[in-house]
Amino acid sequence: MITLENATKRYGTTTVVDGVSATIPGGGVTSIIGPNGAGKSTLLSMMSRLLPLDAGTVHVDGLDVSTTPGRVLARTLGILRQENQLTVRLTVRDLVGFGRFPHNGGRPTVLDREHIERALDYLDLSGLADRFVDELSGGQRQRAFIAMVLAQDTDVILLDEPLNNLDMKHSVEMMQLLRRLVDELGKTVVLVIHDINFASCYSDTLMAMRDGAVIHQGPPEEIMTPAVLRDVYDVDIQVELIRGHRIGVYFA
Amino acid sequence: MLLLAVISLFVGVSNVSPAQLMSGDPLVWQTFLVSRVPRTLAVVLAGVALSIAGFILQLMARNRFVEPSTVGTVESATAGILVATLLLPGAPVVGKMVVAALFAMAGTALFLSVLRRIPLRNTLVVPLVGIMLGGVIAAVTTFSAYRFDLLQTLNTWMIGDFSGLIRGRYELLWLVAVLAAVGYICADRFTVAGMGEEFTTNLGLDYRRTMNLGLILVSLISAVVVVVVGSIPFLGLIVPNLVSLLIGDNVRRAVPWIAVFGAGFVLTCDIIGRSIRFPYEVPVGVIVSVVGSALFIALLVRRGTGAR
Ligand SMILES: Nc1ncnc2c1ncn2[C@@H]1O[C@H](COP(=O)(O)OP(=O)(O)O)[C@@H](O)[C@H]1O
Ligand SMILES: [Mg+2]
Repeated sequence: MITLENATKRYGTTTVVDGVSATIPGGGVTSIIGPNGAGKSTLLSMMSRLLPLDAGTVHVDGLDVSTTPGRVLARTLGILRQENQLTVRLTVRDLVGFGRFPHNGGRPTVLDREHIERALDYLDLSGLADRFVDELSGGQRQRAFIAMVLAQDTDVILLDEPLNNLDMKHSVEMMQLLRRLVDELGKTVVLVIHDINFASCYSDTLMAMRDGAVIHQGPPEEIMTPAVLRDVYDVDIQVELIRGHRIGVYFA
Repeated sequence: MLLLAVISLFVGVSNVSPAQLMSGDPLVWQTFLVSRVPRTLAVVLAGVALSIAGFILQLMARNRFVEPSTVGTVESATAGILVATLLLPGAPVVGKMVVAALFAMAGTALFLSVLRRIPLRNTLVVPLVGIMLGGVIAAVTTFSAYRFDLLQTLNTWMIGDFSGLIRGRYELLWLVAVLAAVGYICADRFTVAGMGEEFTTNLGLDYRRTMNLGLILVSLISAVVVVVVGSIPFLGLIVPNLVSLLIGDNVRRAVPWIAVFGAGFVLTCDIIGRSIRFPYEVPVGVIVSVVGSALFIALLVRRGTGAR
């Protein structure tokens, strides 16, 4: 569970996350949606102590992210940011292996190896494991980064736009994987995602942001309505019920 | 590498051959132990340590095209020696080294803090910033040396040269072996730091502390080598880049290779320097610069045409 109280971030005089108080339930998929610049990435970075808060507090599984030692947090929470460029040349297996760093401080055990191979396998990377990350395609690289966060094996996993660069097959597989992490292993997954239909089909909770505030939060049935979506995006979106899922139609 | 080391032992003005050593000629043995062995050790130690220092600096700056002599570290160390020479003329070498190390740390820290302030961390901007910073420091140093009539002395630190290294003058270099070993022990931290601040924080490592550790290692290694040998440019650039192309940047795996390549490269350059104008010597700094810049251009071209 993640609890935000009055979380605030300012850059100069502009407030980009404005006193957000919210609770993200444990053991579920929560998708943060909203237009560009709403403050989604900023909020996710604040939850994961990558950005210091200007005011307020964030607790992850009861740990205050501003004061808990880094290594302790690193075993509770793993984050992948929206944009990642690696200037070090590492193989995929080495990169994923560094996900184990909070657990082993660089001395891998048999258990670590199991985690690494499983993460590689989950993300369909076994065949690429010995390639250098800088020699992969954008989608393959994205999967390698996510495998690293999975290998970290934390209870809480935060992902900023994990479907970036992924093709349809890998996008669907990614969402199914996140679902499995929650359903089978009881993890808490929070992601920022642009495709509201992926969010609708795979999430337990949707959190809609606009102008630095969380303006709606609830299960897909509540959020996937034309009125709420209009409120969030300023666009008229029809919502159709297809095979039990609420699908927004906004292409024409 | 071993072969090169052996060759290095037997190249020099006075004749020292394995056969003579076998025959037990005391004069030959003396040349061997007082001059050749220390020199070869010094070459190996400096080559290993400078290459590793270059590598660590590249990870810290997250840029492939920096090394201690292109970001102001070496220039600052030189400035430090000059200041020590002026203010504490009677100070022992160790004293000069301490001052040089402090200056090197300040210079490198300045470079890194300038980097933090630059929003656009373009691949080319980073080394340019370093070169400009180093240029300014070097200009001030040269001017002061000129004013105090120390240009000649300054030159001995600016151009690396192993010819004066006999027993009793190179031992300080063992310190860099210790520093390089510390770098290896902390290998994984530097790999993680090389992934950037966000990854480092996510993995629960204190980014600032790791950067400070790297700063200390790089500055100390550079300062010691400048004091004892003089500046050997390009070494810290070429060797890590070559190794990176071949086996990547996982520090734990790369460092042993960097050590071997670094030592081998400097040994080769030193042997060339001792041979081409025999019986005179060309300082190793000059040879490394010439060979290094050629290799570097080749490397740039390869990186340019290769992936990304
Ligand atoms: N380092 C920064 N300095 C100044 N403004 C920033 C910075 N980072 C983000 N912002 C601003 O904060 C707002 C929210 O950004 P972000 O959280 O990335 O939005 P989202 O992920 O929802 O698209 C944007 O208006 C952006 O311009
Ligand atoms: Mg974003």
